Amino acid sequence: MKPPPPKFKRFSCLSLLTSWDYRQTMDSYDVPESTPSASSRPEDYFVGATPLQKRLESIRKQTSFIPTPPRRKVPQCSQLQEDVDPQKVAFLLHKQWTLYSLTPLYKFSYSNLKEYSRLLNAFIVAEKQKGLAVEVGEDFNIKVIFSTLLGMKGTQRDPEAFLVQIQSKSQLPSENREGKVLWTGWFCCIFGDSLLETVSEDFTCLPLFLANGAESNTAIIGTWFQKTFDCYFSPLTINAFNLSWMAAMWTACKVDHYVATTEFLWSVPCSPQSLDISYAIHPEDAKALWDSIHKTPGEVTQEEVDLFMDCLYSHFHRHFKIHLSATRLVRVSTSVASAHTDGKIKILCHKYLIGVLAYLTELAVFQIE
Amino acid sequence: MSVLRPLDKLPSLNTATILLVGTEDALLQQLADSMLKEDCASELKVHLAKSLPLPSSVNRPRIDLIVFVVNLHSKYSLQNTEESLRHVDASFFLGKVCFLATGAGRESHCSIHRHTVVKLAHTYQSPLLYCDLEVSMLITETNTTLGCGERVVSTQWARRKWLSKDSVSQRGSF
Repeated sequence: MKPPPPKFKRFSCLSLLTSWDYRQTMDSYDVPESTPSASSRPEDYFVGATPLQKRLESIRKQTSFIPTPPRRKVPQCSQLQEDVDPQKVAFLLHKQWTLYSLTPLYKFSYSNLKEYSRLLNAFIVAEKQKGLAVEVGEDFNIKVIFSTLLGMKGTQRDPEAFLVQIQSKSQLPSENREGKVLWTGWFCCIFGDSLLETVSEDFTCLPLFLANGAESNTAIIGTWFQKTFDCYFSPLTINAFNLSWMAAMWTACKVDHYVATTEFLWSVPCSPQSLDISYAIHPEDAKALWDSIHKTPGEVTQEEVDLFMDCLYSHFHRHFKIHLSATRLVRVSTSVASAHTDGKIKILCHKYLIGVLAYLTELAVFQIE
Repeated sequence: MSVLRPLDKLPSLNTATILLVGTEDALLQQLADSMLKEDCASELKVHLAKSLPLPSSVNRPRIDLIVFVVNLHSKYSLQNTEESLRHVDASFFLGKVCFLATGAGRESHCSIHRHTVVKLAHTYQSPLLYCDLEVSMLITETNTTLGCGERVVSTQWARRKWLSKDSVSQRGSF
C-alpha cells in the first residue's frame, strides 16, 4: 500500500503572497459598487512597499467609488396619456425636427401667452427689417401664435408643453383662411423628474425643444427666448451609444403594421471622402431577433442592447468581412421613429410619441447638467 | 507561446520596452513617434501590435509595460482589447499594464459609455488615462465645449445652481 502523497506544506516565507488574494481581484465585470475589502488590504502587508506599489494602491482607492451606469431602462411602450387627442398631435408626426436642449426658463407664465405672441411678432419683424431696404413684402405679414399642447407630459409634475408657430398672413383680408405655417417649434418635458427636483418656483423646466422650419427663424426665436427668459439653447446631438439604445427600444415596441423598414446607417471615416454603409432589415425579422434576446418583460438592459447590436454586426461581418463595430453609427430608422446623430428626429407612430420624447428629454437633461 | 509573461526573459541593460496594443495603426504610430521624441534616461523601445497573442517566431526583448489603447468611438477596439487581455499573464497587472482611452472629448462620436472603460480598468486593477490622439479636432472641440460652458453659467438658473449646496457634487463629468 502506497503511503498517501505528502500534503503540500506552506512555507512561512510565502505567507505574504497568500494574504494578497488575486482571485477576488480578477473578477469579470460584476464589480460591486463599493469595495471596502480591496481598499482595506494594502499597506498592512507590504511593509517595504515601493513607490510604484503605493501609487497603485492610491489609484485603486480612487477608482473604488464608481457610480453605477444606467443598467436598466424601461421601454416606454403604450403609456399614452388619455388627454392626448390623436388628431391634435397628428401634425407633430412625420415631420423632421431638429433637437435642442434648453435650460429652465425664468419667470415664464402660461397666462401671458398672448403677450408673448405680440412681443415675439414685433421682435421678428424688427430683426427681418434690420439691414434691408424698406420693402413691404410677403415676408413681413407674419403672425406668431403661442399655444399650449395639452397632454404632452409624462407625469402630473411635468409642466405643460407649449407650441410656437409662425404663420404667414394672407394678403386679402376677405379670404378668411389660415395662412401657411412657416415655422413650428415646441417645448416639452416628459418625465423630467430629476431636473424638476432641483429647481425653484420661478423656473419652468422644459428641457426639450424641437424645431421645424428655416434655420434663420430658429436663430431669431432662440435669441428672443434667451433675452426674455434668461435661458440657453444648445443643439442636442445623439451619440452612437444612445442611437443603439434607441434602435433596441424602438424595435421592441409592438406596432400593428410596419410602415418602414428598419434601417441603420454607418459612417466609415476614410480619406478623401467618408464612406456610408446602409443596412436595411425587414422589421419583422428585427422584431424576431429582439424577441429571442429579450428576457424580462418591461425592462431593457445594457447587455440586451449590446447583444442585439452584436448580432447585427456579426451577421454583416459573415457576409462582407467588414467590422461595423469599428465604424460610427449615424442614423437609425424604424417604424416607430427615426433619429440622426446630428440631432434630427422624425416620429412616425403616435402610440409611442411619449416614449420617444421621454428618452430625448433624458438626453436633454443630461446635456444641461 | 500564447501568454505574455513579465519575467520570462532577462532584462536588457539600460533599456525599457513598451508594447502598445490597439486597433488603429495610425494612432499607435503617432503615439509611438511622440514617445520616442521625449527625453528618456534609458533607451526606449516601442513595439506596436494590433492584438495579442504575439507571434512567437519573432525575437523580441522583455516587455516592461503594456498599454492597451481603447478608442471610445469604436466598439471593435474594446472587443479587441478584451480578447487580448486573455493572453496576458496575471503578474503583469502588478503595475505593468495601463489603459489609454482615446476620443472621450468628442462625445457625439462615442459608441462606448465611459463607465465601461472605467469598470474594465478597475477590474484589472490598472490605471486608466484619457487622451485624444486626434489633436487638431481636440482643439476645436475644446473651444466649443468651453464656449458652451461659459454661456450656461451666465443664466439665472445656472447661477442659482452654482450657489446651491449640491453644485459641487454635480460637477462630475469630464
